[in-house]
Amino acid sequence: MQLVLEKRAERSNTIALISPLIAIGLTLVTMSILFAILGKNPISALGVYFIDPLTDSYSLQEIAVKATPLVMIAIGLSLCYLANAWNIGAEGQFLIGAVAGSWLAVKTQGTDAGPWVLPAMLLLGAIGGALYALIPAICKVRFGASEILTSLMLVYVADLFLDYLVRGPWRDPKGFNFPTTAEFDPVATVPVLIEGGRLHLGGIIALVAVAAGAVLLSRTIKGFEIRVVGAAPRAARFGGFNSNQLILLTFAISGALAGMAGIIEVAGPVGHLQPGISPGYGFTAIIVAFLGRLNPVGILIAGLFLALTFIGGEQAQIAMKIPLDVTKVFQGILLFFVLACDSLILYRFKLIFASPKVSRGAH
Amino acid sequence: MPDSTPAELHTGATPLLQTVGLTKRYGTFLANEAIDIDIWPQQIHALLGENGAGKSTLVKAIYGLIQPSEGEMRWQGDKMVLSGPSEARSRGIGMVFQHFSLFDNLTVAENVALGLDGKESFKDMSARLEQVSRVYGLPLDPRREVWQLSVGERQRIEIVRALMQNPKFLILDEPTAVLTPQEADQLFVVLDRLKAEGRAILYISHKLEEVKRLCDTATILRGGKKISTCNPKAETAGSLARMMVGGEIKEVKAAANRQTTVPRLVVNELNLEPDDPHGVRLQHISFELKGGEILGIAGVAGNGQDELFAALSGERQAQDPGTIVIDGQAAGHLSITQRRKLGAAFVPEERLGHGTAPRMKLSENALLTGHAASGMVQHGFVNTAATLKTVDRATETFDVRKAKRDPEAASLSGGNLQKFIVGREILRNPAVLVVSQPTWGVDAGAAAVIRQALLDLAASGAAVLVTSQDLDELAEITDRIAVMFHGHLSEPMATSEASREKLGLLMGGSTLEHKEAAHAVGA
Repeated sequence: MQLVLEKRAERSNTIALISPLIAIGLTLVTMSILFAILGKNPISALGVYFIDPLTDSYSLQEIAVKATPLVMIAIGLSLCYLANAWNIGAEGQFLIGAVAGSWLAVKTQGTDAGPWVLPAMLLLGAIGGALYALIPAICKVRFGASEILTSLMLVYVADLFLDYLVRGPWRDPKGFNFPTTAEFDPVATVPVLIEGGRLHLGGIIALVAVAAGAVLLSRTIKGFEIRVVGAAPRAARFGGFNSNQLILLTFAISGALAGMAGIIEVAGPVGHLQPGISPGYGFTAIIVAFLGRLNPVGILIAGLFLALTFIGGEQAQIAMKIPLDVTKVFQGILLFFVLACDSLILYRFKLIFASPKVSRGAH
Repeated sequence: MPDSTPAELHTGATPLLQTVGLTKRYGTFLANEAIDIDIWPQQIHALLGENGAGKSTLVKAIYGLIQPSEGEMRWQGDKMVLSGPSEARSRGIGMVFQHFSLFDNLTVAENVALGLDGKESFKDMSARLEQVSRVYGLPLDPRREVWQLSVGERQRIEIVRALMQNPKFLILDEPTAVLTPQEADQLFVVLDRLKAEGRAILYISHKLEEVKRLCDTATILRGGKKISTCNPKAETAGSLARMMVGGEIKEVKAAANRQTTVPRLVVNELNLEPDDPHGVRLQHISFELKGGEILGIAGVAGNGQDELFAALSGERQAQDPGTIVIDGQAAGHLSITQRRKLGAAFVPEERLGHGTAPRMKLSENALLTGHAASGMVQHGFVNTAATLKTVDRATETFDVRKAKRDPEAASLSGGNLQKFIVGREILRNPAVLVVSQPTWGVDAGAAAVIRQALLDLAASGAAVLVTSQDLDELAEITDRIAVMFHGHLSEPMATSEASREKLGLLMGGSTLEHKEAAHAVGA
């Protein structure tokens, strides 16, 4: 008896829809085993992770706040991945966007600059992220360098650059030597939507990004070009679409969204520039993009789900003394299962009972 | 190897190989349904059928590549279950595939060694390779690297490799599809000799004249079932075709008073370096194609046809704008989109992955080549209604059969997808249509529709350039024919004067003198 993968005659659309759910299910089973090994009750651990955060308004708002950067970044990444351009460096673009926007906040600090500051910061963040993303894209197009490696390595460059700024030139003189800028002025801060709440304007921007992504992909010729160049590169060339141009474009959009997410995070929930502004949003967004099937609406749902794991992870750390790193393990296992389940769209499992005779030699 | 004849041959009452009720199911689809076939020694047995008739499935089962779902195979009267091709080979079944499995950067001898299961030393094997190739008149230099060889020579490697196993039964899958008429004649001599040695041959083909000439028996498959086993010499090409297709095939008719007008596609001294190291360099290609005219380009695959298509379509651009002129406009430097805007349309050889994006809907594939013109895109937004209308019109005009209004390209059969692709381009009323292998792997009904569409397009005043390896097709629809060899294009000649002999010589790369002589004889 053996288990084989058999190619399906055509792709299964049902599986395409439920594959992320199967992946989530398998992840939960694996996590239960992991909790049991850690000596925690799996049922109550999963309850703290996935149910408790949904029961109070603060946590619900917090989920939306965490989902905002994840969704914005993942929308951009999905464009890259659809076009077969592998941007792994959204984390770096997020940080550079945060730095670029913060520059204006630091420069205008304490002046009577008007309400133009925040829009300008968002714009600077987007530009900074886009330019930073164009470095690996240009290296790819001009020299054939692997964008996977270059974009990933630039994450660490960005991380150290931010670190240098807040420890050096931009450090708050009244900050007791902590590596941080001074709190941003109100005009340089993303406003909250409900007084006293956590939800901020960034949530609206993320929703706009989802809508724009959906329209771009399904209604415009550029979106069509992006999809064709990834799905059938030779047909795309035959259609007259320039794959190099599309690599540059998708990297630029992706970098812009990541950069804007970065400055929103800094000028919103964090309030100042400091190291560690991101718990790995740029990497987690890769999971969000795939879990959401590279589809804007799917990404919105997947983004909320992964945000839930961040909040749940924090609560589990407090309530059950489960290390926060377990959240990263969870996210990693989830990506693994999402990609594995995707093979079921084109293949199916088949049990073969009577194995054919073992091949004999030729002589 | 003192004696190359198989030791024991059963010429008696038992067939060498029998399939009894052989059935192969893929899900609910029956690729082969209860097929009985008897292969006798010393016979060339033709296996005829259209694409999708089940020929490959049957042959794969016989060669051990797939397991039949039901029924059995008998080898010299005994039940045979094959675990894989290597067991088939050890029994004495050899196969020459249509698509070669050769490594371009290895030598002939290295390639043969990789395909043999034997344990003899490389030196002995090389010596035996040379001997076998000499004995059968299939000359090969074991030390040459494959990429330097012509397609015909590559096929020789595959045949010699199969013969070195001393098979009792040899399967050949469309062997003449890639050969010049002269090369095919040489192959027939070899096959006759193999037959005389007592071997059995299963010859897959859809070239009926060839089958009538060469084969002793023919089995015709249609829709996975055996229709008949007959003596092809006693049949006519028409009766064989009717059995294959299951009905009459529509005759293709050229309009009676077609008139040629001004030159619509002119190529002047086109030279192009290949972009891949094993590609072909286009050299001094010049021709002129008038409106109302169909020019055919014959030639063995791999002689620069792909490169010419890329250069004409603009997938690769030439340095000098004047090398390609579309409707009076220098276009050598233009992109494929700009050339489409000048009224050119293109149909590449590969339907899936080149002509269409396989996993995208037909409407999206209409957009693929229609976005430049025809109002499918307004201010960057796609007009879905317009793309769907193109699908509907192509469906109606060219009888594209599909399960729903707008399915994925990959879900269509080869013939229907090709009708859609050709239809998509013709509906744009092109001034120039460049089409490569228009009916490759397409069923007879669809082929007739496509050829008629090309004739009608020319009759409406467009210039049509057809590249094909099928000389019968070119004879049927073209006005003039030129031959491509090693990146050179011969002077076009009137189709009425292009005999198979003359074309065959040019396809084999005969020198200029030969060419002149051939002209003189023909004229």
